[in-house]
Amino acid sequence: MTLFHRETGPGDVLVRAAHVLDPRTGIDGPHDVIVTNGVITGIGTPGTLEIRSGAEVLEGEGRHLFPGFVDPHVHLRTPGQEHKEDLDSGTRAAAAGGFVAVVAMPNTTPTVDSASTLRALAEHARREARIPVGFMASITVGLEGEALTEMAELRDAGAIGFTDDGRPVATAAMLRKALQYQRLAGGVLALHEEDPSLSGNGVMHEGEVSARLGLSGIPSVSESTMIARDAALAGYEQGRIHIQHLSALESVQAVAEAKARGVGITCEVSPHHLTLTHDAIAERLDTRLKMNPPLRTEADRQALIEGLRDGTVDCIATDHAPHARHEKEVPFESAPMGTTGLETAFASVYTDLVIPGVLDLALVVSKLTAGAAVVDLPVPRIAVGERANLVLVDLEATWEVGESGYESRSDNCCFAGRTLNGRVLATIAAGAVVYRERSFALSAAV
Amino acid sequence: MRHLLSIEDLERADIERILDRARSFTELTDREVKKVPALRGRRVLNLFYEASTRTRSSFELAAKALSADVVNFSAGGSSVEKGESLKDTVQTLSAYRPDLICIRTPYVGAAALVAGWTTASVVNAGDGKHEHPTQALLDVHTLRERLGSIDQMSIWIVGDVTHSRVARSCILAFTRMGAKVTVCGPPTLIPRGIESLGCSVEYTLDRLGDADVVYALRMQHERMTDAFIPSLREYAARYQIDGRRLHPRQLLMHPGPVNRGVELAAEVIDSPQSLIGEQVAAGVVTRMAVLYELLAGRDAPDRSAIASAPTPQPA
Repeated sequence: MTLFHRETGPGDVLVRAAHVLDPRTGIDGPHDVIVTNGVITGIGTPGTLEIRSGAEVLEGEGRHLFPGFVDPHVHLRTPGQEHKEDLDSGTRAAAAGGFVAVVAMPNTTPTVDSASTLRALAEHARREARIPVGFMASITVGLEGEALTEMAELRDAGAIGFTDDGRPVATAAMLRKALQYQRLAGGVLALHEEDPSLSGNGVMHEGEVSARLGLSGIPSVSESTMIARDAALAGYEQGRIHIQHLSALESVQAVAEAKARGVGITCEVSPHHLTLTHDAIAERLDTRLKMNPPLRTEADRQALIEGLRDGTVDCIATDHAPHARHEKEVPFESAPMGTTGLETAFASVYTDLVIPGVLDLALVVSKLTAGAAVVDLPVPRIAVGERANLVLVDLEATWEVGESGYESRSDNCCFAGRTLNGRVLATIAAGAVVYRERSFALSAAV
Repeated sequence: MRHLLSIEDLERADIERILDRARSFTELTDREVKKVPALRGRRVLNLFYEASTRTRSSFELAAKALSADVVNFSAGGSSVEKGESLKDTVQTLSAYRPDLICIRTPYVGAAALVAGWTTASVVNAGDGKHEHPTQALLDVHTLRERLGSIDQMSIWIVGDVTHSRVARSCILAFTRMGAKVTVCGPPTLIPRGIESLGCSVEYTLDRLGDADVVYALRMQHERMTDAFIPSLREYAARYQIDGRRLHPRQLLMHPGPVNRGVELAAEVIDSPQSLIGEQVAAGVVTRMAVLYELLAGRDAPDRSAIASAPTPQPA
């Protein structure tokens, strides 16, 4: 058992006449989908299926039903930074974004680096989390890069994998030990790639915009050189690594080369790196646009998109990183890194990449669910007999980000003020309806 | 014009209008009573989070010469030391109903942030490594007074460009006024992508002879700790402007304070080609012109405007 949440009892639901799209099962057309006791029990031509009386009806006509999204990279800030986010608000945000499972990072206060901390957190999630949450434990004690955590015991306690996210594993020797120990403990090693000697005190991408603004830059090679190093180590030790939040063209190349050599490597990209560049910072020196890795150039953005198309990039992950308003309402250089992303993930990618025809809708749905496989979770599928993990989306609906607030406790969203297409109307996670958009009418079958 | 935050916000005509007015103020400084009542009753706050000699004193003199009331705040000894945020400090000081806040901070973009938190006009007196627009204006003023126009002139900015807000504002201002700007310095101190400001880049002084004006930047000793250059000795050997490198027809500028014997040799500092003293003098009249531009003819900020002031950067 590696996912934890507050179970609300399985639901009986009819999603009526939605356009069902699941790239993995090949289904792509209007169907009724029936969920009984939390399990998908029927998929058929609209109006042809028997349903239990009392089942909740979700009107799907003119709307799309996808397998629920899975995010292998979020920050829920619990324990210790609950003023930014907690398990309740963070999983509400996830459900509102169409996610049916998320994986929380361990860079909390204290760090999730011991089985006792992890067990307490899991218990907490059983009381508060709206959707299933998995927890990563840290690779090194206190994220300090000096001693391995008790990885085997942490795995027994439910750690889904290991990461020092927020920081790189700075020395090659330490990562090598973790890769060796992975043979005993199992679990993926998720890596935040950055050479601190190159990124220094950088606050944005090193390039024309940083030069103009006089801001210290983080060069692309700070990321790609570490990926190359770690891919070499993973290959040598026959280990398995997952590269978090790719941001640069050189990084995509480094991952592609490693994959070609047969290294056990996967990688993710975030919606903001797919849709924004450092030019946004030139227009508006907004701390919501400050994240690590930073927004880079148009060439980098195009390389990330191409990576999704050709399979180099395995999945889309948000790196949802909430920060309190007063923490972000400071000069750019003083602000903490990070943007929230759960509530806007689908809509931002749909608006900026699917509508203009850059990416297929099916590919985007596939990449928003593929994060599950990266962390050894079952990938949600729309098929009879599967536990219901579904998201109902109105692709026509437009909404202004932040206009009616956020489910997240924090409002540092880099898309704030943007009008986006594609609104999540309802989310069914682990067999139960966990989110309904507030204007979405409830009705029951008779 | 409401604020002066960046040279990027100024057109050539704006710069000319401000500097024409600066010229008209020059005559005032030669009088026995160096004061006009243009801004009588107006309040100017100087809020300095970093050390400053020239900028702060010249802003104070400029405000006083226009009969405004001036109060100086510095980070040392104030509530800033007790951990008060920039926003809280600015909103607190705004309760004194200043007409203008002149602010220097070590943070890029801070002056623009402040402009969103107050109804006062804001002048950027230096925001980190970003810009120092009044320095660039006084430099253009100095050159205009000496040369009439800098159209088509070649200006070389030599030294640590990476860490220099003066360089960024000057590149923008000089090119706005029609000059061709070249930046020159060790490759470790020229930021990648600086050409996008409209300048060209050289790593040696070999072609310094092309320049009409040589603008040397201050070499900041503290940069040595980050090993941007091997030694000041090697820097001076390659980049110091001295009597041998400076042609008699070239003019020399420097924003001060000068490291004698590092970026400039003593013989050029005090040479007739040096405009350094004129730059300092230009500071007062240029800043008078800026204050006049932002405040004269504009009503004092309305209290009701505080509620409707645009939200700055609601991160």
